[in-house]
Amino acid sequence: MRVGLFIPCYVDQFYPGAAIATLQLLEKLGVDVTYPPDQTCCGQPMANSGFEHLTGGCNRLFIDNFSGFDYIVSPSGSCVLHIREHLHDEKREAEAKEISHKVWELTSFLTDVLKVQSLPSRFPYKVGVHQSCHGQRGLHLSSMTELVAPSFSKPGSLLAMVKDLELIELDRKDECCGFGGTFCVAEEAVSAKMGKDRVADHLRHGAEYITGADMSCLMHMEGILKRQGSQTKVLHIAEILNSQ
Amino acid sequence: MNTGTKDHAELAGIFNKDEDRVNWHDETLWWIRAKRDKIVHQLPEWEALRETASKIKFNVLGNMDTYLMEFEAAAKANGVTVHWAADAKEHNEIVHKLIAEQGVTQMVKSKSMLTEECHLNEYLATHGIEVIDSDLGERIVQLAGEPPSHIVLPCIHKKKEEIGDLFHMHLGTPSNMADPQFLTETARGSLRETFLTRKVALTGVNFAVAETGEFVVCTNEGNADMGAHLAKVHIACMGIEKLIPKREHLGVFLRLLTRSATGQPQTTYSSHFAKPRAGQEMHIVLVDNGRSVQLGREDFRNSLKCIRCGACMNTCPVYRRSGGHSYHTAVAGPIGSILAPNLDMKKYADLPFASTLCGSCSNVCPVKIDIHDQLYKWRQVLVKEGYAPTGKKIAMQVMAKTLASPTMYHAAGKMGRLTIKYAPFAVSNKLNPWYKERDMPSAPKESFGEWYAKNRK
Repeated sequence: MRVGLFIPCYVDQFYPGAAIATLQLLEKLGVDVTYPPDQTCCGQPMANSGFEHLTGGCNRLFIDNFSGFDYIVSPSGSCVLHIREHLHDEKREAEAKEISHKVWELTSFLTDVLKVQSLPSRFPYKVGVHQSCHGQRGLHLSSMTELVAPSFSKPGSLLAMVKDLELIELDRKDECCGFGGTFCVAEEAVSAKMGKDRVADHLRHGAEYITGADMSCLMHMEGILKRQGSQTKVLHIAEILNSQ
Repeated sequence: MNTGTKDHAELAGIFNKDEDRVNWHDETLWWIRAKRDKIVHQLPEWEALRETASKIKFNVLGNMDTYLMEFEAAAKANGVTVHWAADAKEHNEIVHKLIAEQGVTQMVKSKSMLTEECHLNEYLATHGIEVIDSDLGERIVQLAGEPPSHIVLPCIHKKKEEIGDLFHMHLGTPSNMADPQFLTETARGSLRETFLTRKVALTGVNFAVAETGEFVVCTNEGNADMGAHLAKVHIACMGIEKLIPKREHLGVFLRLLTRSATGQPQTTYSSHFAKPRAGQEMHIVLVDNGRSVQLGREDFRNSLKCIRCGACMNTCPVYRRSGGHSYHTAVAGPIGSILAPNLDMKKYADLPFASTLCGSCSNVCPVKIDIHDQLYKWRQVLVKEGYAPTGKKIAMQVMAKTLASPTMYHAAGKMGRLTIKYAPFAVSNKLNPWYKERDMPSAPKESFGEWYAKNRK
């Protein structure tokens, strides 16, 4: 199984730790992982801002980098959802389509493809899980409170394999954190308020760490935690699953 | 309320200046969303009901002309006069003419978002006709001189103390009296007088049955019935999308509507109107006002399935924290943000961007409208039609170019990290909206790409 590692631009630049943990975790599980060095961005910032027509360059690059892999795995639900739903190239539509079917978000790749049953990890802290909207509602990584359907959580089932980790309950299980890509600056007031409320729910329940399958939401919440001088930290789920 | 030229972000910014009020607004609406969750989870067939409703409406949208003609013929056979209005102006003129024919200058109205959309009250006021809104919430915002901030809960943005002040000013209640029971009884007494003296009553329509020419009006206060039953003339105004094919379909929609709207199993009053009683006149005004244009837009057609339950507003984390008035349109929230640009792209170009695309709206929608996907699609349309601000357009072009080239991307990334590290004042300042309430991420010494090149070759 040849897996291409897709590291979103902001993770590459600001959160290399999350990317390293993803790589090491996959390697630990015996996966043949390669990181194509010429990758940049999936194009989502433009597309969600209404400029999908400007994403041709990103799309071509993505196809160049990721054609030929059995799977493409990324520690970001949001970017994976964008590729799944919007990767196009008029000249290489078949390749684009194939890639959009082969791209996986990390936690669902672990539970659904590798069918991981146990992990050698330990993380002795109280942890709150932030369900990213694109991961949860877009990629169905966990059940949604709005729907009348059985309850499940792929990130939750993986965290349950981590020794000494205590998962906390939240008042609002799957409320959006307010990051929303360019929304976080275009609608600064509402975005920051949503982030503050999201963080407060975790703090109220004693979270020492906030984790999730999307670094972008975590980056937003980290900005708020730091501004508040909080001791609570954010960590990408890969970093917890990879911890010893 | 005159919102002038301010867009959603600015209006939401103003609303957010009072954080306690935002908390209160958010918690009030969340409480309703939680009530909705509780009651829908009691129905194992909930998702099947949604699917059924969606399919019924899909059928209606595909055969709108047939059902409209069927409805018109059946209503006429019932002795109802049917009027057609192409737009808001025609709608208002028809209603005005019907009132004028009675030689009266007063009318009582039950809640109708269509008349809000058409600005009927303002129009009639300029023609010397006084309208009293009889839904309690609607009456409160009317006394305040504001539009409703929510389609089901028109005055959800007002605290009981503020309502007490309004009643003191307009209805003569003692000052500083904010007891809900007392205020409701005062409104009831004042409205009773109105019901008894109005010759003309206007109601909205929740569902119109093509097969029988009947229509159903849902209220929790019985105010639509009180108006319509006492008046000589009953005018019912409906958007053409309110049709359902058969009476047997009502069961699906009546079960979905109020569970989604307020978490109740049924509305207190689901009133069925079929024909005028002896000596009464009954009129139905069928209003298009942009609906056939929306029907023609394939990507946005599904928005016409909306049954106006307001569930998308209650669940929307942005709506809850920005208030209904920040949407500066009659129908606020996620559904309003896909309906409004159809009416006026320039005026409402900001609304599809007033969302994080979290998708909760699509999940609560009882007729399964793909609301957040339509918001995404509207963004693409609005940008292509030239409604993006110039600054944003340039920024996006630069971004697209940079991200399409690995060399430029690596250089820009490195520069960004160095800036944050060695010149944090360049980004951590007031000009950066991120920095206002959030710290910047710290800059690692190397990117993952750089680490990988050193460690995995």
